Amino acid sequence: MKPELIVIGGSAGAFEAILSILNHLDKNINIPIVIVLHRLRNTVSSFEAILQRNTHYLVKEIEDKQKIEQGCIYTAPADYHLLLEEDLSFSLDVSEAVNFSRPSIDVTFESFSTILKEKCCGILLSGSNHDGANGLKIIAENNGTTIIQDCNEAEFAMMPKAAKTIYNQHQELNTTNIINTLNNEYR
Amino acid sequence: MITLNELDELLFTIKKQFDYDFSDYSKASMLRRINRFMTINNMKNAVDLKFELINKPAIFQDFINEIVVNVSEFFRDPSFFKSLQQKVFPYLESYPKINIWSAGCSFGEETYSLNILLNENNLFSKSRIYATDISSNAIERSRKGIYDNGNFKEYTKNYYECGGKESLKNYFISDEKHSMIQSELKQNILFSNHNLVADGVFKECQLILCRNVLIYFNNELQNKALELFYESLPVHGFLAIGKKESLRFSSVYENFKEIDREEKIYQKIK
Repeated sequence: MKPELIVIGGSAGAFEAILSILNHLDKNINIPIVIVLHRLRNTVSSFEAILQRNTHYLVKEIEDKQKIEQGCIYTAPADYHLLLEEDLSFSLDVSEAVNFSRPSIDVTFESFSTILKEKCCGILLSGSNHDGANGLKIIAENNGTTIIQDCNEAEFAMMPKAAKTIYNQHQELNTTNIINTLNNEYR
Repeated sequence: MITLNELDELLFTIKKQFDYDFSDYSKASMLRRINRFMTINNMKNAVDLKFELINKPAIFQDFINEIVVNVSEFFRDPSFFKSLQQKVFPYLESYPKINIWSAGCSFGEETYSLNILLNENNLFSKSRIYATDISSNAIERSRKGIYDNGNFKEYTKNYYECGGKESLKNYFISDEKHSMIQSELKQNILFSNHNLVADGVFKECQLILCRNVLIYFNNELQNKALELFYESLPVHGFLAIGKKESLRFSSVYENFKEIDREEKIYQKIK
């Protein structure tokens, strides 16, 4: 079963990898992509604008109860957790930080996996904490597709390493191979 | 842990037994809160949870307090409070008396933040704030107005970013661990229980603040709450919702004009 959605989590050092992946994604691919990146609060960020210059997708920062559409990249706003509803609309949540993070990648991975099961592809990139490891394991246990960035390539390997430590069946790929895999699978 | 199917059944039971209607709340958020509550209280499955809720009234109160999200902070989104002072306060000045509704006030941080700024803009003496929440625990804590010192570094930073003129600490009485809001800043606030799902209009208010509350509702309930706000506002009254919330899908959208698109401040025009 092909996934309905790709959700990418990352922290320190993930931005470059995300740009590279988006830049090289086959132009025929339009599976929705959700990006959860740890970001600074209360700063005006050009994150979305930079993404938009590097992709054929339409980039949108998420608003509460927005519905997922093909051909769109959605970014999790700073200072909210991101959840998914049964009707495939987003819900935001300002409850306490998880792993010192809001948005927390674990929270998003778990919520998305609960709804999408095997139709969810989770990718965990570079980062210098453990957020995302538990959530990625849940995606794998629900028969979704799971990929971690090659620990030798990741600028900060703690995040993909943490995921590997608690579950050793994730595909571990460098950026080039992540791109190739996505292009082969979702074209 | 419970599943989505079990969640529907559980919410139905809670509605029947306790007359709390969460059926139009965001399912994703409810599932997360309930699973968190179960982890904290060592409950394994839906049967355990139901048994405890039905047989132990104290547990039910804890449950309500836990699943209603009450996380808040002083001057969350400084850019919002800055805009409020620049774009809304000048209008409020023209009224002899100002009624403000702080809807879903959690532990009072948002309400007191507003009140501090009213004070600094010379609007305090003619303002009356109605602060409401569904949770009686939240109302009680708001009334007390006691907060952990640990977060004050961030609060102070936020306060200055939104144009604060004093030292934030001047508004509190502090010991090593806690800070309590000065009693003068409580005098013009009426804290009370109000359920946006079940209760109606109680007062005409020139400004309604309801930020990051609607995100816990589904579309229908968001719409219902927004209609209630619409009815509670006079023409030219203001509504502020959370930065990532939207009026766009609601039936009252056409009746408002955007005062600040980014900060989600609206004015009723008809």
